[in-house]
Amino acid sequence: MDFNDSPAEAAFRAEARDWLAAHAPAHELAAGTKMPDTEEADRGRAWMRELYAGGWSGLTFPKALGGRGLSGPEAVIFAEEEGKYHLPKGPFTSIGTGMALPVIAKHGTEAQKQRFIEPTLKGDITWCQLFSEPAAGSDLAALRTKAVRADDGSGDWIVNGQKVWSSWAHLTDWGILVVRTDPALPKHKGLTFFVVDMKTPGIETRPIRQISGASEFNETFLTDVRIPDANRLGAEGEGWACCMTVLMGERLGSGAHRSGVEPLIDYAAATPDGQGGTMLDDRAIRQQLAEALAEEQGERFFQARLRTMVSKGENPGALAGMVKLAYASRYQKTNGLALELRGLAGIAPEAGDTATGDVQYDYIYSTVMRIAGGADEVLRNQIAERVLGMPGEVRMDKDVPFESLKG
Amino acid sequence: MDRNDWARAAMNFDLSDEQKMLGEQARALLSDLSSFDRLRVLIDSGAEWDEPLWRALADMGFLGAAIPEAYGGLGLGALDLGVIMEALGAANAAVPFMSSIVLGAEAIRLAGSEAQKAAWLPKLASGEAVATFAYAEGPGPVFATGVTLEGGRLNGSKSPVADAGIADVAVVLVAGGGFALVELGQPGVARTRLDSFDQLRAHYRLDFAEAAAEAMPGAGKLDRLIDQAAVQAAFEAAGAAEACLKMARDYAMERQMFGRPLAGYQAIKHKLADVAVATELARSNAYYGGWAAESSPDDLPAAAAAARLSGIKCLEMAARENLQVHGGIGYTFEANCHFYYRRERMLAVHLGNRGFWADRLLNAQPGSQGKAA
Repeated sequence: MDFNDSPAEAAFRAEARDWLAAHAPAHELAAGTKMPDTEEADRGRAWMRELYAGGWSGLTFPKALGGRGLSGPEAVIFAEEEGKYHLPKGPFTSIGTGMALPVIAKHGTEAQKQRFIEPTLKGDITWCQLFSEPAAGSDLAALRTKAVRADDGSGDWIVNGQKVWSSWAHLTDWGILVVRTDPALPKHKGLTFFVVDMKTPGIETRPIRQISGASEFNETFLTDVRIPDANRLGAEGEGWACCMTVLMGERLGSGAHRSGVEPLIDYAAATPDGQGGTMLDDRAIRQQLAEALAEEQGERFFQARLRTMVSKGENPGALAGMVKLAYASRYQKTNGLALELRGLAGIAPEAGDTATGDVQYDYIYSTVMRIAGGADEVLRNQIAERVLGMPGEVRMDKDVPFESLKG
Repeated sequence: MDRNDWARAAMNFDLSDEQKMLGEQARALLSDLSSFDRLRVLIDSGAEWDEPLWRALADMGFLGAAIPEAYGGLGLGALDLGVIMEALGAANAAVPFMSSIVLGAEAIRLAGSEAQKAAWLPKLASGEAVATFAYAEGPGPVFATGVTLEGGRLNGSKSPVADAGIADVAVVLVAGGGFALVELGQPGVARTRLDSFDQLRAHYRLDFAEAAAEAMPGAGKLDRLIDQAAVQAAFEAAGAAEACLKMARDYAMERQMFGRPLAGYQAIKHKLADVAVATELARSNAYYGGWAAESSPDDLPAAAAAARLSGIKCLEMAARENLQVHGGIGYTFEANCHFYYRRERMLAVHLGNRGFWADRLLNAQPGSQGKAA
């Protein structure tokens, strides 16, 4: 066990630090910055281009595909150093590099890899994920959007249906899409995976107004959307395997989210208690913040253990869901606590109090963190079943042809 | 490391193969010698400890694991000690390992004179002598300093003191914050056994009346000592929590309710999933604490406090829910839940309660975190 870098890692970290120090500040955003979606998307693209130009995009992808061909630790080191800057990234870029590219790299043809990987690393192609549907969230394989072969002999597919919760779908160039191609099979078996150009006729995105006030999520309606067979990823009927590749990447990536307790400690220290001290002098507050800090540290070090497993070629499986399960609830709880610290001024702060604005936003946002990427309840089931070996949930729809299911 | 670096995720954040093997050896020994039936026998006989087990631990070299080779130990590190503590926690072993090795021997190593080290460390490593660390003086400050050492004479009282009935020597926290080394088998020391909530860890009141004692030269080592011990306590807690989790799972798999295994109910699955998560987070913090104790002393205060807090948190959940999953049978002496249920409360207050460690964690953070009033 060693938290110190090897000499090679230290050299790589120093190189990354120097490059970031020279290039990242120009792309940084001030805390509490809110901007129109289109501007945020443009800034994300600009940062992706900067990364690519500097040779920091796709560190683990083969050189032949525009990456840097490194083995793994370097990507973690770069992400840690990059994480020290407040850069315009978020879901907009991570869906492309963290979810679309891994599934293309694993299940795609050579032509698909050439077509998509390097342009995505360059920031020329951005991605959204078209998975969830109104009645298929945690039970993703219950999806109904269907694709049938066109009757003109072209081999093209005609897609009809509706997707939902598709972050940035109105601003991105391509989507990763899973649809039902054979309703006569049980629900997991009749699915097929595609990449789809979001400018294809028949695709309509409608931003959803969220409780945070933002609208990064969409409903996406697909009406007679024609997708060439060349954009199918993996074999017909093997869409579920592609989905699992995406979800494992999402889960391992989601644990890396920084949801610092430190800013909340600073926030308590900056909040007067009306008796000449600050709210950080309050024993109950101290205790709650310290417990949260201990949990946060545990999450990060558990993530380090998972990365060690991955680096040894082991599959963490359902362990990968533990970090997100822990941090989403902790994040909600501590931001809820922070919202109480300033009393009524925490509800309606004076203009310019960006720290309270951040706390308010994070409290709202924490709700979706407990749902997206595997709801708390789904993750608990997976941990109980796959880590502890407890019995699986009753599945009424197992082995039943999808078209015979009720509902 | 600077503030941003502490969370660095090294790619070899795991125990070494040798450390894993050491842990397996300890577990194997404990499963042979420290069964739950054995624990019940010890309680029923009013035993203060499992002496044969202590001898076996000594024979395996476990007692001297972290004691320097120059003093008869193996000279291993905090992580090696941690895997042994984890195994002791899993077994709920009735031995004074925390008192004699983690606290007593380490206090002497950190703060003792050369003569004190030479006199005591080899005996502690071999198990020939047992030590303890006396810090509390009833309700009040966790680390109390009402006992005085003047002219080689110790006066005052410490209570409770773990394992003081079997200890040959105590390191005593005294007025001024220094340590005194006192042999307990002398006329100036009165030992009164207390009724301990943890029936497998005897506690005593110690009254010193002009007891002969030696000052220890290494003043100011208290923080280092208790930070290191907090990391080891976190390993012990994680090991005990893992054992509770496994016990609850196994019982739930076996027990049929309304025509199916108890383990099939989401209420039970989700409860145990939460315990599993808390246990892995605590173990991760303990690993980091062990690494910091060995390799990065500046990081130790924060690492130790975090490990301590999450260790107790996971064991509290695990011990309570283990008994709950067992239902009424869990309330019986014949079931095994009570060992951990009692041990957890003892560990939760030993070396400082939640509030004490919360303060230490916040105070160890860089930046603007003021101290509690």
